Amino acid sequence: MAIGVKVMKRPERQVSYVRATLKGMALTFKHMFEPKVTMQYPEQKSTTEWSISQRWRGTHRMLTDEQGRSKCVACGLCPQICPANCIKLVPGEDEQGNRYPLIYEIDEFRCVFCGYCQEVCPEEAIHVGVHFENSEYSRGRFVYDLERLHSQTHPVSTLWDPTDPRGE
Amino acid sequence: MTPEMKGFLLLSVLKMVFVFTFVMVGVALLTLMERKVSAWMQNRRGPNRVGWAGLLQPAADGVKNILKEETYPALANRWLFVLAPAMSFIPALLLSGVIPFAAPLPLDFDFTLGPLGRFAYHGLMPMVVADVPIGFLFVLAISSLGVYGIALAGWSSNSKYALLGGLRASAQMVSYEVAMGLSLIPVLLMSGNVSFEAIIRDQQAGLWYVLPLFLSFFIFLISGFAETNRLPFDLPEAESELIAGYHTEYSAMKFSFFFIAEYANVVTVCAMVTTLFFGGWDIPGRWDEQGGVLQTIATGGFFFLKLMFWIFFVMWIRWTLPRFRYDQLMALGWKVLMPLALAYIMVICTAIYGIEHLAGITDPKPKALALFGVNVVVGLLVFGLLDSGVFIKGSSRRQTSEARSGRAAVTG
Repeated sequence: MAIGVKVMKRPERQVSYVRATLKGMALTFKHMFEPKVTMQYPEQKSTTEWSISQRWRGTHRMLTDEQGRSKCVACGLCPQICPANCIKLVPGEDEQGNRYPLIYEIDEFRCVFCGYCQEVCPEEAIHVGVHFENSEYSRGRFVYDLERLHSQTHPVSTLWDPTDPRGE
Repeated sequence: MTPEMKGFLLLSVLKMVFVFTFVMVGVALLTLMERKVSAWMQNRRGPNRVGWAGLLQPAADGVKNILKEETYPALANRWLFVLAPAMSFIPALLLSGVIPFAAPLPLDFDFTLGPLGRFAYHGLMPMVVADVPIGFLFVLAISSLGVYGIALAGWSSNSKYALLGGLRASAQMVSYEVAMGLSLIPVLLMSGNVSFEAIIRDQQAGLWYVLPLFLSFFIFLISGFAETNRLPFDLPEAESELIAGYHTEYSAMKFSFFFIAEYANVVTVCAMVTTLFFGGWDIPGRWDEQGGVLQTIATGGFFFLKLMFWIFFVMWIRWTLPRFRYDQLMALGWKVLMPLALAYIMVICTAIYGIEHLAGITDPKPKALALFGVNVVVGLLVFGLLDSGVFIKGSSRRQTSEARSGRAAVTG
């Protein structure tokens, strides 16, 4: 035989509906008294079972240096790589010739949270964050400006590391 | 009008208000109970945001449903589209009026109420809105009217899914009505009467009918599931096949009328099971037969407990068993339950004749015990056969037997 054909032996007398039904009912009844697994979300934000991954890519955060200035050097790589074209960057330059962003805006509605901006950033300035509660009262508030990106405090995403694919 | 007649009218109105309120509030709470029970069985918590433990959830749902927009499909038959929810809702509600829910209450009053005149009542007041002498025949007749609402809802929506749902519902309900009606004949043979009051009295004197008429109970329960379109027989609204079946096109309050009708039907079927097979309001022992206010309250509470158990049972089944395939459903109704019910009628006829005329036992209790003995034998036989797959074959089994016969044909 060239191809290995495995003939399944089908169970012949597996027709016991009465016993199967009773077994199923016993099972569901037992489950009524088992501990509940639902996380009570607004009261209970994160538990050991239900914490979001460190690789979660949420709304952005811009890191600052010791003097509280933006780490961004306005190199223009992130608006270049952004597949959703949601980053608006106008570079400026001070007297010492240091480049900094005059305007840096991310439209979180257009963002697809791919995390390329964080990956491409040479200064490790822009990051996607481990954060998911983003409600606002107006659409305008979803365009994050530089000040807003600075003031975010949530942890930043570690992204996926090819040398440590399982995050260990 | 005589004072007695006025007293009777007054009491009837009071009972109507009580039963109507009880059923409507109960049905609303049943939607919550369904969600809670399903949640518990799936290790979830269920609704717990609105009110204490989610108790106000039905009210929130109701407000939402009233405020939502009523939509009409462009090509729907507007009249029937509006009429259909009412047509499925009214029969479901009507039935709650004929189920006795407690032992008769001894009443004795005679008073004058201003211009309305004298009201008087002497004697036992049956705790049922309408003590109809035709008993469960009335229930069978009215409950089969519910199919019109569902079939018309499906047809008038002018949508293929709704129409398929309506057709399935009518075929299913008509088929299972047969088995349901036949399964009640042994009850009639046993009690000699169709009135609920007489049936309860007979069960009080003998045994609850679930013991001497076990298979009737079994068939009635299964047909009851099919009649109320509940899982495992919810093919009229099988969401994986028909979106929502006959109420696909309905929105807002009209949609929730179908839900109310479904739950009211569940309550009715459970009340029927309780009354016909579990002694109605009867508490085991002799205590409740004396009559009195205390007895009435206690029997009412006991009836409620039994009713709640069966309602829970219906939900329990729903969250345990998967949906049947349509041909399996029809095969179960026509090829298993109906012949089984017919055979059971013959067995019970013979047994009752034998016990009453040949053995000469006419006392309710020994008669019921003797029938119970017969039932143990018959029940073991039937469940043994069911279990071994003689009545219903699993698809894998059918396949192999077909394959075998095919192979035999080739070699032969």
